[in-house]
Amino acid sequence: MVAASVLLLLAAVASAAHAQMPKYGVGRAPTAEEVKAWDLTIPPSGEGLPPGSGTAAAGKAVFAQRCASCHGEKGEDPKYRVITGASRPLNAATLTPKGVDWLLGGEPALTIGSFWQYATTLWSYINRSQPFDEPGSLTPEQVYAATAYLLYVNGIIGEQDVMNARTLPQVKMPNRSGFVPDARPDVGKPPQAKKR
Amino acid sequence: MDHSVPKSGPASREPSRRRFMKGGVALGAAFVAGAARPGPGDTQPAPDDASKVVGGPMSPYSDRSRFEGAVKEKGPPFLPDEWGGNFTPLADTLGIITPSGLHYEVCRGGIPDIDPKKHRLLIHGMVDRPLILTLEDLKRLPSTSRIVFLECAGNTRTEWRAPRAPSVKFTHGLTSCTEWTGVALSLLLREAGVQKGAAWIVAEGGDATGNERSIPMAKAMDDILVAYGQNGEALRPGNGYPLRLLVPGWEGNVNTKWLRRIKVVDKPYMTRMESPDHTSLMPDGKARQFLFVMEAKSVITFPSGAQRLPGPGVYEITGLAWTGRGLVKRVEVSADGGKTWRDARLQEPVLRFAHARFRLEWRWDGREAVLQSRCTDETGYVQPTLAALVKVRGLNTVYHNNAIQSWKVAADGNVTNVHV
Repeated sequence: MVAASVLLLLAAVASAAHAQMPKYGVGRAPTAEEVKAWDLTIPPSGEGLPPGSGTAAAGKAVFAQRCASCHGEKGEDPKYRVITGASRPLNAATLTPKGVDWLLGGEPALTIGSFWQYATTLWSYINRSQPFDEPGSLTPEQVYAATAYLLYVNGIIGEQDVMNARTLPQVKMPNRSGFVPDARPDVGKPPQAKKR
Repeated sequence: MDHSVPKSGPASREPSRRRFMKGGVALGAAFVAGAARPGPGDTQPAPDDASKVVGGPMSPYSDRSRFEGAVKEKGPPFLPDEWGGNFTPLADTLGIITPSGLHYEVCRGGIPDIDPKKHRLLIHGMVDRPLILTLEDLKRLPSTSRIVFLECAGNTRTEWRAPRAPSVKFTHGLTSCTEWTGVALSLLLREAGVQKGAAWIVAEGGDATGNERSIPMAKAMDDILVAYGQNGEALRPGNGYPLRLLVPGWEGNVNTKWLRRIKVVDKPYMTRMESPDHTSLMPDGKARQFLFVMEAKSVITFPSGAQRLPGPGVYEITGLAWTGRGLVKRVEVSADGGKTWRDARLQEPVLRFAHARFRLEWRWDGREAVLQSRCTDETGYVQPTLAALVKVRGLNTVYHNNAIQSWKVAADGNVTNVHV
């Protein structure tokens, strides 16, 4: 009885003092290795980029061997998605659909050069998810090199520029400032909105 | 009705465009074709009087009648089978729940084969106590079930420039509605102890593409579910087995399937799926980003594209309405291309963040008619016309087309997809 009261009192004190103390205590702490194996997503700051480096010159061979069968020699193949091309400025005139498929409906080609905001996104996606048939199989050196090659053929960096954990987040993407927040509801407001 | 040829044998490898055209030609004779189609392990015709013979045995896991043939269809045709959308045959679904086998799927690297005993959920980043949870751990925690629609941000993306898709399966089939079961994400985040300054989470899937999305902390602490159940049983593999996020009212892509990791962070990570993709390019060259909410939308599923009305007389117009802002308040139906509207009946109960089923009796006089539905939600938002959307957003936004859909009923009863 006394023990139970003490427990209740302790519980009350705990919940008041630490609103976020674990209530259920299920699961366990991960090991450092477990976190490292999965913590692969790279933010714009570049935090988490591994050691290693690559240039477009080196990346040309990596791309030819591992990427070109889907994307073409320079990422120009429209088979799945055109990823190379600097169609700027982005406006109605430059956005004529490349092809009209009944299921895709005709869409502008938004490339790494014309549209992507961050070079880190490219590195992160290639590292985690590419090539399509062997996701996650490239070494960090190969990922840096392939990333450098795509940035080069999109006219963003030079052929000998070295991409590494320090330089990659500093790459100035042409469309870096081309994004705005959601502005909806922008259409479909009721005619009698004032009454509500 | 939209009776498509079921996938079986080599026919399933046929490009869906061709398959669809065949299906369209066979529409008039659909029931006859269905009756003649052999079911699994049974090529006999059904008895003339089923009450005079002993029926078949019961089975451990029931399949539907061999006479039912509604199937999903994969598109677009040029992508491999592991990539693209798998469209729900909305014209063949009844009520508000999508059968698990017909729930739409979108994949970019195939459906992973995951052993639930080996699956883990990692919660880390800006938390006091990083956690690894097994399915068994999660199932010990307080759970909840909720009927919620999902809609791909790209649903209806074909329809911006012209009425392209032939049927409601392809105009609107990337939405479905399910009873999901799981644990509140807020509970798990409290267990881990979110640190000061944390403002977003990044959720990652355990499949080949590892779909990664940043989600604001306010939503994560509000109503997101870490779900393991779908319509009373485990998630289907194409819908995230054994674990997925369920983010009520928000675009399908943030509802991370095969969920294996949640990282608590201070800023969005600008992943492939949220930086170039799932943004909408506006006429001024700027792109809108983080378009999470699915705005109010509705579609008539009968009569709809590629169906045929046998003749004048009474029909029940029916369809689905939904809104990512909560509750559907009203659905109106027009039979004259939007000139006049009548209120449809809403099936009770109408649930927040769920499909609502609407119905309205209609007497067809045999003359050309253009059918439309229009949804109003609890915020007063009224589903817009395509012209109103295009006027503001142009033709290159790709995602979030929630325009009023028009179906033309011709004098011969054939129903087609039109823009008015």
